[in-house]
Amino acid sequence: MVGEHLLEVKNLKTTFLTEMGSVVAVDGMSLHVDYGETLGLVGESGCGKSVTAESIMRLLDERTTKYEGEILFKGQDLLSLPEKKMVDIRGNEIAMIFQDAMTSLNPVYTIGNQIVETILTHQKVSKKEAYEKAIEMLRLTGIPSPEKRILEYPHEISGGMRQRVMIAMALSCKPSLLIADEPTTALDVTIQAQILDVINELKKELNMGVIMITHDLGVVAEVCTRVAVMYLGQVIEEAPVDNIFTNSLHPYTKGLLKSIPKIEGDRNKKLYTIEGIVPSLHNIPKGCRFAPRCSFADEQCRTQSPVLKETDGGHKVRCWHYEKIGQMEEKIDVTATS
Amino acid sequence: MEMKPSIQMEPKIDYDNFTSIRNQLKKEQRSLFIKRFLSNRSVVIGGSILLVLIIFAIVGPMVSKYTPLEIDPVNRLQGPSAEHWFGTDNFGRDLFSRVAHGAQVSLGVGLSVAFLTAVIGLFVGLYAAYYSILDHIFMRICDALMAFPDILLAVAIMAVLGPRPVNVIIAVTIVKIPVVARIVRSSALVVKEQTYVEAMKTLGASSWRIIWFHTVPNALSPMIVQVTYIFAIAIILEASLSFLGVGIPAPNPSWGNILYDGKTVIYSAWWMTVFPGLFIILAVLGLNIFGDGLRDLLDPKSHKAINKQ
Repeated sequence: MVGEHLLEVKNLKTTFLTEMGSVVAVDGMSLHVDYGETLGLVGESGCGKSVTAESIMRLLDERTTKYEGEILFKGQDLLSLPEKKMVDIRGNEIAMIFQDAMTSLNPVYTIGNQIVETILTHQKVSKKEAYEKAIEMLRLTGIPSPEKRILEYPHEISGGMRQRVMIAMALSCKPSLLIADEPTTALDVTIQAQILDVINELKKELNMGVIMITHDLGVVAEVCTRVAVMYLGQVIEEAPVDNIFTNSLHPYTKGLLKSIPKIEGDRNKKLYTIEGIVPSLHNIPKGCRFAPRCSFADEQCRTQSPVLKETDGGHKVRCWHYEKIGQMEEKIDVTATS
Repeated sequence: MEMKPSIQMEPKIDYDNFTSIRNQLKKEQRSLFIKRFLSNRSVVIGGSILLVLIIFAIVGPMVSKYTPLEIDPVNRLQGPSAEHWFGTDNFGRDLFSRVAHGAQVSLGVGLSVAFLTAVIGLFVGLYAAYYSILDHIFMRICDALMAFPDILLAVAIMAVLGPRPVNVIIAVTIVKIPVVARIVRSSALVVKEQTYVEAMKTLGASSWRIIWFHTVPNALSPMIVQVTYIFAIAIILEASLSFLGVGIPAPNPSWGNILYDGKTVIYSAWWMTVFPGLFIILAVLGLNIFGDGLRDLLDPKSHKAINKQ
């Protein structure tokens, strides 16, 4: 895409300074989001998805965290902004919703109070207008009779409702970027679908960019336009959503896709798993980070780190042998079918 | 899809109706709280004792025929009688009047200390929880203060400041601030890690807002309970200081220095130790029972079901 992106992360490196030394949680992260686009950020627990989101919002404790690289939001580097400016951006320009809807609302205030507070923080409107706006936002997220709900406390409504309230609150100032950190993980499947619909609808309505952090590839397929797969603090593959599912190049992505249970096929067959476990961030493997668990790894993989290479049509992959692996698999497919 | 956002079919917001619903809800909540308050036996008993003492402190000096400083050498060390309800002390001063005025002093000191420790402890605890540099400074000071026995530290501070009623309040407050600060800090540390605090931050709340509007209401209950206990402890500490002669300076009455005066004549004039002692016991007992009740009341997990009829 030509021109300026809504959000462009360039070579982000987030380091935690812990008592046991520094830990690089996100290393050389680059991604971009455009208006009206949903970027999926997938990967297993601890691969740095949430840290990336928190770095964009600059939520991490700055005394124990070091950011390097650039986070350009509408052309402005968020990492060099003073905290005061950042407060204006949070909630107003970039908003975030969380995994745990049950605890992300303050129990001592009514729902209305909390949404109104957010509106009043960023906009110069009267309290009455703010209340009207809050009711309006709740209605947009599909909450029935919002003028009654607005007087209730968080413990009086269900988890799905609370997530809707969170969304209403996050979007009350019409941000241009929404970061959704596993917004549906704590909800059951029906509510999940509804919440994803709400996010999708509002995305279109407000023409905002969305970063959808998840480890659920089903969610990715449903809402994302582009996907970045993360492994151990790095993006290892980035592609339009269809490419990821039909033509993934990185062995890790292939492995992830293979381990999804299929509705058709032999039910007695064991599920595919990726061998080994994710190494600790204290002990990052030399060379390609996935090499110790990769069945295609050779000497080059173990000594030299691959870079994120663009293949075609916005498809990027961080692997030395993706072409070879692709050819090998084609051969296997041909022999299997013939 | 039923949940599709639709702006067209939205009804007009009836704002008057909306406010009236809100007011009614508030009223209901208030009456429920009062019900809960009155159904808690400890709160009612402790509260009644306190109320009686406060009324005594206000009304007592008005009904007594003597001032607490009026010396009557002829009628020294008289037992309780119709003329002197609690008897007279070694200078012939009316003991009822002295105990009643002493109630004002003792309860006044206790209340001031409770209030001051609450306010200062809240500040110290909150900012210690949110800023690690302040945490190191404040908590080391608290450690140092807590290393001394309460009474010893209070005596030392009084020795520096000199014997004046205000100084008693200052001394006891300094002694008790660390207790409140620690409690506020620990509950603030818990609240700080809650998702809703992070959520508020992502919505652009300043740290000032997060601390005062989102942490305080969630961290207040343990502090309120502790402060009622501190009220009681402050009364005891004030009495101890006065008893040791470094508290409320004579001839002004306080329960502690009446006890001190009575100490030398304890075998011949029991009333001089019994009456102030009784009031100290009553005040401390009342406050402790009240505090226990308050703890149950403020803990949402211990709410008993109350019929809403």
